[in-house]
Amino acid sequence: MIHFVVHEEGDGVGVVVVEGVRAGQHLNGWIMEDDKDVEVVARNDIPIGHKLALKDYREGDTVIKYGVDIGKVVKPIAKGEHLHVHNVKTKRW
Amino acid sequence: MELSKATFWGYKRQNGRVGVRNHVVILPVDDLSNAATQAVENNIKGTLALPHPYGRLQFGADLDLHFRTLIGTGSNPNVAAVVVICIEEEWAKKVADGIRATGKPVAHFGIEQHGDHDTIMRASKAAREFLQMASELRREERPLKDLWVSTKCGESDTTSGIGSNPCVGNAFDKLYPQGVTLVFGETTELTGGEHLVAARCRNDEVRKKFQFVFDRYQDVIKRHKTNDLTDSQPTKGNIAGGLTTIEEKALGNIQKIGRKCLVDGVLDKAETPTGPGLWFMDSSSAAAEMVTLCAAAGYVVHFFPTGQGNVIGNPILPVIKLCANPRTVRTMPEHIDVDVSGITRKELNMDQAGDKLLECMFRTANGRLTAAEALGHREFVLTRLYESA
Repeated sequence: MIHFVVHEEGDGVGVVVVEGVRAGQHLNGWIMEDDKDVEVVARNDIPIGHKLALKDYREGDTVIKYGVDIGKVVKPIAKGEHLHVHNVKTKRW
Repeated sequence: MELSKATFWGYKRQNGRVGVRNHVVILPVDDLSNAATQAVENNIKGTLALPHPYGRLQFGADLDLHFRTLIGTGSNPNVAAVVVICIEEEWAKKVADGIRATGKPVAHFGIEQHGDHDTIMRASKAAREFLQMASELRREERPLKDLWVSTKCGESDTTSGIGSNPCVGNAFDKLYPQGVTLVFGETTELTGGEHLVAARCRNDEVRKKFQFVFDRYQDVIKRHKTNDLTDSQPTKGNIAGGLTTIEEKALGNIQKIGRKCLVDGVLDKAETPTGPGLWFMDSSSAAAEMVTLCAAAGYVVHFFPTGQGNVIGNPILPVIKLCANPRTVRTMPEHIDVDVSGITRKELNMDQAGDKLLECMFRTANGRLTAAEALGHREFVLTRLYESA
């Protein structure tokens, strides 16, 4: 069962594509572009559609998705943690 | 899907364009005429009034856009005939004459010095004749290239970028070589991925034009913004669906133009393209505004990918909704025409998903009502640029 998908190898985030992901759950991921598998343990409950970090981030780091910059980290994020508006912000506007 | 000999059944209009619907539209030029147009719609069953909130005292580019949108809407090949009503007869005639250039039947009426009763009576007589005329028109088999297809996504979430938007991209990549006329837009929702669109422009001239309209819109945002737009872009629905920044939203959005199509030209709002290919329309990212502009530009079928479940429709342009979010497909099935949620379960690959959308496109073009049409979604929303005079 695929719990999360990653667009490209090298992306720092995965998107949860099933409902009911719980903290501590072992998750199976699918890297779509390369058709590869990846595994992560969730550190939080994560709603469907929301992202989890695939690596540890420090404040000021850039988050890559689709192989492209999608914003800056404003609070440290650990691998497996929920990554969203509370810890990542736009670099535009 | 083999498309080189594909056909659909549509209504060939006097100017050679082909529609997939056969509406008789009762079109108000201004807000004051809404009541009369709705009375005519009520009198003559099967006609379609398009009420809207704007009218006189617009000026300059705003007024030009108002006329272009109304004339374009009436000229759309999904419309068989039009009754135009305005408080002032002169403006009714201006819009009617613009639509008459297509060769389709048009009548126009002014309310001043007549009143609503007399106007409604005269307009109803014209509408009855047009409706009976249109009811005898028959569909004919037409080549795929006669279909004009637009796209705009809405209430996106992360599944839009994973599934429904690349599904549209796959379909666009298949339609493009067949000489179909395509369009995408949403100028501000390319922010963070604008370099990817620029790289896809056919030549430097198109690229320069694209960059100019993109930069212009960024200046509008910078001039008026009071924060980082966290209340607007991404929307609360986008954020609830997991999208974090405008850059992430834009990169998902851009999946709609596929991997092979080139951007052949740039259109102003509601501007009709001059040939086949993929066009970029400088437009609002608000769903109903953009879809209304696509209809006014002459597009006859629309692909609308959604994640969290935007329920939009348009009065004259059939809006096909597709969704890759399994929760939305489960909770809002009456709004979804094409379920592509199997993509994230590896039950459906992108080629199959694109074919599924194209199959729905042909059925819709041939007459099947979309979910939005069946539910009565008729969002007709004019784009305004600035204050009235």
